[in-house]
Amino acid sequence: MKKTLKIVLSFMLIGIFSSAFANSIKWSMPGDSLTLDPHAQNEGPTHMVSRQIYEGLVTPGINMEILPQLAESWVAIADDTWIFNIRRGVTFHDGSSLTASDVAFSINRARTAPSDMVDLIKSITSATALNDHTVEIKTDGPNPILLNELTQIFVMSEGWAKANNCEASYNWDAGETSYCASNANGTGPFEITFREQDVRTVFEKNNNWWGNHYAHNIDKIELLPIKNDATRVAALLSGEIDYTNVVPVQDIKRINSSSGHSVKMTPQNRTIFFGMDQGSAELNSSNIKGKNPFADKRVRLAMYHALDMDAIQDKVMRGQSVPAGIITAPGVNGHTAARDQRMAYDPETSKKLLAEAGYPNGFEVTLDCPNDRYINDEAICVAAIGMFAKIGVTVNLDAKTKSQHFSEVKEGDANGMTSDMYMLGWGVPTFDSHYVYSYLFESSGSWNKVNFSNARVDELVAAMGVETDLDERNAMIAEAWDITQDDVTYLPLHHQVVNQAAKSNVDVPIRMNNEPLFRFANVN
Amino acid sequence: MIVVAFVSFSLFNFVGDPVNSMTGIDASYERQAEVREILGLNDPVYIQFSRFLGNVIQGDFGISYQLKREVSDLIAERMPATLELVFVSAVLAIVSGVILGVYTGIHRDSFISNIILVVSLVGVSLPTFIIGILLIYLFSVILGVLPSFGRGEVVELGFWATGFLTASGLKALILPSVTLSLFQMTYIIRLVRAEMMEILQTDYIKFARARGIKENTIYYKHALKNGLIPVITITGINIGTLIAFSIITETVFQWPGMGLLFINAVYFVDIPIMSAYMIMVAFIFVMINFIVDITYYFIDPRIRLKEEAS
Repeated sequence: MKKTLKIVLSFMLIGIFSSAFANSIKWSMPGDSLTLDPHAQNEGPTHMVSRQIYEGLVTPGINMEILPQLAESWVAIADDTWIFNIRRGVTFHDGSSLTASDVAFSINRARTAPSDMVDLIKSITSATALNDHTVEIKTDGPNPILLNELTQIFVMSEGWAKANNCEASYNWDAGETSYCASNANGTGPFEITFREQDVRTVFEKNNNWWGNHYAHNIDKIELLPIKNDATRVAALLSGEIDYTNVVPVQDIKRINSSSGHSVKMTPQNRTIFFGMDQGSAELNSSNIKGKNPFADKRVRLAMYHALDMDAIQDKVMRGQSVPAGIITAPGVNGHTAARDQRMAYDPETSKKLLAEAGYPNGFEVTLDCPNDRYINDEAICVAAIGMFAKIGVTVNLDAKTKSQHFSEVKEGDANGMTSDMYMLGWGVPTFDSHYVYSYLFESSGSWNKVNFSNARVDELVAAMGVETDLDERNAMIAEAWDITQDDVTYLPLHHQVVNQAAKSNVDVPIRMNNEPLFRFANVN
Repeated sequence: MIVVAFVSFSLFNFVGDPVNSMTGIDASYERQAEVREILGLNDPVYIQFSRFLGNVIQGDFGISYQLKREVSDLIAERMPATLELVFVSAVLAIVSGVILGVYTGIHRDSFISNIILVVSLVGVSLPTFIIGILLIYLFSVILGVLPSFGRGEVVELGFWATGFLTASGLKALILPSVTLSLFQMTYIIRLVRAEMMEILQTDYIKFARARGIKENTIYYKHALKNGLIPVITITGINIGTLIAFSIITETVFQWPGMGLLFINAVYFVDIPIMSAYMIMVAFIFVMINFIVDITYYFIDPRIRLKEEAS
């Protein structure tokens, strides 16, 4: 008992002193990083934690511009060969020095199953250390967005990984847990000193970090995940946490009204839209048999004009959205303000178009919608259904949890029935339209569930994947958007916005992907 | 138990495809198929089930799809938090439930009794999460005296991480345990009250009064003792319910117990954790019922007498 008391007292003392002399941020979000293994999960919160401790060759800055990180410079010596010069004098948290072979090892680890990053960097065919400070990366043909892709690939220590038996990221069939999933050894500005998954993770400043120590004044970060929205807001207001990067829309007013707190907002890299199956011969859920109403462009246009996104912004989103005219977010290469301009809300035109298309009395269709994935997703669908009803189209709602929704959209339901109309949100980690096109528009795209198929678009997608002349490439992207926007392939709804809330003296720059960069954060 | 195992297992075939959330939105079909093959998700349901049952009997719940750690380790890590919470709530519910129940039973129409009963009605009718959030707003945001989430500092005693030994740990226990106990407490108040009122009408109490035994002795020694028998039975069974209810309380207070683990698992379609949790809870239910049945035998002399007579 005496011993325990001593331990308790010493802990309390440590607590008192460390909080007196250090700037700390208590950070909360609904979930935790799933694993500290930087290649095992390609998932938002996991990268948010990894980004504080691990670094890549290049990294996205506050405004998502690509900045050099562990690579000081790079050059493409051929269409398919890149040379990266690795920064000197960089050490890992365990004190060992970073060399080119660590970089090559990490890239090869990330592109080998069971890593979750395999699909992201599938164009890389090899990564080799030429000497201690040079890495050569080869791709299968020209890859204009290689740098964008590399921002997601973190570098770990080869020696450390091999010594701890995690040369590969987690092995599904080996049935063993991985050391690297619960321990980290990176080169980043912070290192993890304590971790209890889903409960508490402590990051402390890495005093040996190579980068600019003066851009932040944080000594310690504590990540305390709180799942329940109301509890997280209460914890912020009561001062138990300092900062959260996930704020429930309905509480923004309440937090702003508190004198010691403030909320920041910026458009998010995620656009919400509806897809309509226009390629199938017949819709599964419709009363129209023998033909597919969505195959007719006039019907798709009618659906577009029926949507009053300003009303949804105002009533459903409480101002927390930006109505969209294009299904990709501002900041993505290919997005322009002109393309993002919505066509007018005009139900009369919609009715005319429907009559012209041969559906004066409308038709019936089912809309599949997630209810726990996007902000107010189900409420948006309900509002949209009311708007479609005004032009005579009866839309039935089928809302369900995200894991079911996505598998049904992607692979069909238990009876193999594919979705006729669905909600989807798309973010673009590479900040380039090619990502959108290869998944959503290319005939073979894995999320092209509207069954859109256009030979010219397929040609353009293939070409923009390899074209390295930027002007030519941008012209291709523009042509592709011209075709699909004119075709009304998808119904754009809005761009989500990101909110973060913090105590007034805590300044964490807000970024469109919701990911905090504590190396630019300050406590005043 | 086997029925529960089967029901929970088969339910999980309808909660969606874990592979989608495991491999990420960019993953190719080939990679998804490969993962599905490795996990054995392509086998017919009965083969999956028998494999699952075989492993469970050996104490192996498998590896969490999301966290990639042994499910049995995860549960062992989270169990102390839940059990401490449930234990404190149960003590709170029983002690205050019995005291208030006796009081309202004796002073049937007094002003204080009526207040207790009205408040207890609120306790039964408001959902747990609303009570929890109200308490958080009152005690954390407005008064700022109690923490709104988490367990505070814990002390590791071997495999058991306890919050009982630190001030912050004890403070963190107050709100969630009150929230969790409120429903059971009102239940016990009403039960004890009804029992007391009934017993105080019986002949032996009247005789006791006639013999001039002190009122307090009558209430607590004679009446309460007899009234407690059904209370113990019901309470025992309800401890199982406390564990089940703790899912909600744990989510509201971000209490790092099994319930929170389960909720996170549902979110990610983490089948091994979900089925392990269901089986654990079913096991605890069965055990408690069993223990209650045995205690019943020891407490109530009538049962023993019947046995001996026959």
